[in-house]
Amino acid sequence: MTRRNCTPFGWILLIWLLAVVGCGSSESASKSDSVAPQRITITGASTLAPLVGEIGKRFEAGHPGLRVDVQSGGSSRGVSDSRNGLAEIGMVSRDLKPDESDLQRFLIARDGVCLIVHEKNPVRSLTREQIIGIYRGQIRNWKDVGGEDSAITVVNKAEGRSTLEVFAAYFDLNTREIQADVVIGDNEQGVKTVVGNPLAIGYVSIGTAEFNREEGAPIRLLPLEGVEATVKNVRNGTFPLSRKLHLVTKLPPEGIVREFLEFATSPQVHDLVKELSFVPIE
Amino acid sequence: MTRHKLGWNVLMAVGAWSTPVIVAGLFLWLLVDVAIRGWLAFVPGSPDASGTGTWLQGPGQIVQFLTSAPLRAGRAGGIAPILVSTGLILSVCLAASFPIGIAAALFLSEVVSEHHRFGRFVRCSLDVLAGVPSIVFGLFGNALFCRLLGFRFSILAGGLTLACMVLPLLIRSAEESFRAVPISQRQAAAALGFSRCSTLFRVVIPQASGGIAVGLILGIGRALAETAALIFTSGYVDRTPTSLFDSGRSLSIHIYELSMNVPGGNRNAYASALVLIVLLVIINALAQWLTARFLQRQILPI
Amino acid sequence: MFRSSNDQRLTTFLCGSATMAGLISLLIVVFLVLESIPALSHIGLSRFVTDASWHPADVADQGAFNLLPIVVGTLLASAGAILIAAPLGILSAIFIQFYAPGRLGRVYLQMVELMAGVPSVVFGLWGLIVIVPLVARVHPPGQSLLTAVLILSMMILPTVAMLSHAALASVPREFLIAAAALGFSRGTTIVCVAVPAARSGLATALLLGLVRAVGETMAVVMVCGNVTRIPSSLFDPVRTLTATVALEMGYARGDHRSALFVCGIVLLMGVAGLVGASELLGSRRGHDPA
Repeated sequence: MTRRNCTPFGWILLIWLLAVVGCGSSESASKSDSVAPQRITITGASTLAPLVGEIGKRFEAGHPGLRVDVQSGGSSRGVSDSRNGLAEIGMVSRDLKPDESDLQRFLIARDGVCLIVHEKNPVRSLTREQIIGIYRGQIRNWKDVGGEDSAITVVNKAEGRSTLEVFAAYFDLNTREIQADVVIGDNEQGVKTVVGNPLAIGYVSIGTAEFNREEGAPIRLLPLEGVEATVKNVRNGTFPLSRKLHLVTKLPPEGIVREFLEFATSPQVHDLVKELSFVPIE
Repeated sequence: MTRHKLGWNVLMAVGAWSTPVIVAGLFLWLLVDVAIRGWLAFVPGSPDASGTGTWLQGPGQIVQFLTSAPLRAGRAGGIAPILVSTGLILSVCLAASFPIGIAAALFLSEVVSEHHRFGRFVRCSLDVLAGVPSIVFGLFGNALFCRLLGFRFSILAGGLTLACMVLPLLIRSAEESFRAVPISQRQAAAALGFSRCSTLFRVVIPQASGGIAVGLILGIGRALAETAALIFTSGYVDRTPTSLFDSGRSLSIHIYELSMNVPGGNRNAYASALVLIVLLVIINALAQWLTARFLQRQILPI
Repeated sequence: MFRSSNDQRLTTFLCGSATMAGLISLLIVVFLVLESIPALSHIGLSRFVTDASWHPADVADQGAFNLLPIVVGTLLASAGAILIAAPLGILSAIFIQFYAPGRLGRVYLQMVELMAGVPSVVFGLWGLIVIVPLVARVHPPGQSLLTAVLILSMMILPTVAMLSHAALASVPREFLIAAAALGFSRGTTIVCVAVPAARSGLATALLLGLVRAVGETMAVVMVCGNVTRIPSSLFDPVRTLTATVALEMGYARGDHRSALFVCGIVLLMGVAGLVGASELLGSRRGHDPA
């Protein structure tokens, strides 16, 4: 009458649980990455994550037994994780701030920033004053800058993003002055916004915009100061607006980390940089 | 009086029939959109909203898509390691949340009365948990599992974080269905001299299996659909994980990466979304079948 | 009550599990409070409602931390979403339970279950690529409160529908038989017998749906416009608390980051308020003497 009656279901569950955990306990959490790391952890800007991921894979191919783990999370996480040791290297998609000058920085690529509008928009270029006027909300209609009679949809980037800071610094705009109709996070979101709204204007990475345009996206990259917005022009230095992409470490790197950083800043990865639409450093 | 009845009936019938039309219409619109864009990724030379580059060519490539690793930041190659990671994360999540969830639901419905203070505290706490945004879960999971408990970026951390997210849904729907089992059944079991254990496992749980299945499916759905929580816990690495302590990217993170972060990733993003939806259909069917088979079989229809 | 030691062990296990489940949200609260202490001490609570705007990264000028427009955005988006999802969800459940012939009900339910698992990213993408341009044609910019409400309601509808269906399905058959015996028509049975009998389950469904709407992140970021202004029309862009955290967390430093955790606390307080209100108002009836 008081027989134990646990259903087979419960036993199956228990065995499954043990199996899953059991297969996981083969490799314990790698806290001892100090002397000869089998794993390099890199965290930081999501902009850089795909590029550094590919660089990491190529590096792994030449170093069997090594794992290069790339994590996302933002430039600030890259800085803080490399500072407190959670990551060996941090990815930062902006210039370092004054209070971050204790970190070692390594430039791995540059990224131009340009304005984009929809292809259907007849406007082909804008002067500096016009751009400032549009973003300050003083110019509200496309007809005031040579377009059709419709309201401008201004697309801005979210607070803290380096593209916003670079853009605002170049045009002497205070971030508080910008009157936006849409605020976006990533470059692709910006491109998709402009593609979906013929009255929109926004600014994104040149590489992303060029790539999408070649893929057939109906956008137009606006020239700046008379210079066409192309990756080539960022490369030869004629395009005025760009940001620097860095890898950072807390202390001067040694061993395998140093090898990796040398690899990442060498010409051996230029093809990877170009393929992901960034500008390799010369 | 007759006119009143007719009024109610017509109104209700109109409402009840038009709703599925609206809902199904909207959802099918989304499904068809994703399916077409996803399918086009497998057809050579097809123009797509994202462009003309064809990195996947031909229907035969579907198998390759499912079995090979991603190349070129995910724009080429397949999603095999990501499927493995997703499966492992889901397993950990279910393994952690199912026992605790069912046990907690049993506690709330069987052991304590409805107005018992501790029971109400737990219920309120779970309702609040259901409303925590996924990104807060991600940050919390990162702080608790990755840093405090030392799991680092790992599938285990991701699965456990997801388990926290899934618990409220599972517990609430299981509890509601346990409550719906008539008290007469429990009294009959007691009269027959069943122990508590037996009553629960032989009488109550099988009868509530429908509700448990609902909770399970909602939970699985929520787990598979999660992005923000996993970015900070199970991470971004798209390599095949060799253990639960490895970092592994889930399918929804992969879709997010390809569509929002990698230029030219649209194609594979939609293809991955298509795979996810097919996977969901299979998993849902499996969950239904499992609950029916193992739980409902305890009851013999009279 | 405890005849065998098995039962005692079982009860302990059940109690332990429930305690663990109940502690998680407490841990989260503690975590959020700890992380937002810097902001609360450096910036002070009043600035979160009195500052001119939300520009937390403007370090040169001490930054502005007004959360009010963002809170309003969350309220509007979630309220709109549940206003649409509640009737659609409950009517869906009624359809499946009482009106659908044969397999149609099962198929529709399976479709709703499928909807529950579609990632927010996919909903967001579809919203951004398909819905936003359509809305933009009516009234730019397209990313707006309206789009956010539409996408959110689609996302929470499965939760509401599935939980409502479970609630309606567990209404004892005797009630429905008795109603038929009394000559009630179908509509009357549903409205006057089934729904009241299932009301605790339905209330749970609505609460969990609403609470899910408040907490939804990824899809909202893509379609709501993210402009920190109180919207003056449905077509104006809006920003929610979750979108703020998602957009800015990766790039926030110091007080900005801490302020984002304050957003998290506000969210939790809102959810706790909703839950508390439903506790007070709700008449949760469990076992009906059959």
